Amino acid sequence: MHPITTVDYLCLSAALLLIGTVGVLTRRNVVIILMSIELILNAVNINLIAFSRALENLGGQIFAIFVITDAVAEAAVGLGILIALFRNKETVQADEIDLLKW
Amino acid sequence: MDVILFLIFAIVAVVCAINVVVQTHPISSAVSLIGVMGSLAILYLLLGAEFIAAAQVIVYAGAVMVLFVFVIMLLNAGAEVRRGRSLMVQLLGIPLLISFLGLVAWFVERIYPPTARVQFGGFTGGTPRAIGQALFTTYLLPFEVTSILILIAILGAIVLARKEID
Repeated sequence: MHPITTVDYLCLSAALLLIGTVGVLTRRNVVIILMSIELILNAVNINLIAFSRALENLGGQIFAIFVITDAVAEAAVGLGILIALFRNKETVQADEIDLLKW
Repeated sequence: MDVILFLIFAIVAVVCAINVVVQTHPISSAVSLIGVMGSLAILYLLLGAEFIAAAQVIVYAGAVMVLFVFVIMLLNAGAEVRRGRSLMVQLLGIPLLISFLGLVAWFVERIYPPTARVQFGGFTGGTPRAIGQALFTTYLLPFEVTSILILIAILGAIVLARKEID
């Protein structure tokens, strides 16, 4: 059987990145858009850890920890913005939130 | 053994990720996202990143997903109504996506030099001990800056989500 190499992990990461991008671009529910952003950040983490393994260097894993921290901060602020928006507009659909559209 | 584990959990991750995007109800998407996070944690274990795998389960599958589910409950967000897309988009979208992914995989395969196979237990540099040592010596400044980032995020979330008092 074909052994698993770093390339396979990179391909899995590319697949998750593409799926997340499709989610961000096609969905209109803001909650699902935020989840797709989490998918993209996880794809980045796979790359970092796979390269950390391939180069036997711990830096990639440390960077992955920082990416996880950033993702959590982003989720907290994004959901805060969503709650503030819902209070004003009573909707979570991205195409109905057009406060700045002239 | 490694190959089977990788294949199983990679397929679970991709299928759950597709499910996140395809489902119309946010709660179904959230449950699928937990599946993605869990299988990615197993893949991190295969890569020897023990601490990251534990952090992935605790932080993502635990904290972040509870936050998402809580907000979904709070907003009472129902299923999204499908809006008809043009025929060309529906016909061309998925084949183009798959061919783009194949192109990316081909480029990576060609450019990246052949490496030793990734084996379970082949690299054990990701123990909490090693991570902590690196984090508190070499990467101390980024670590401290991250704490300021989290503080700002907490303040921002509280200010954004609080009720205006007249």
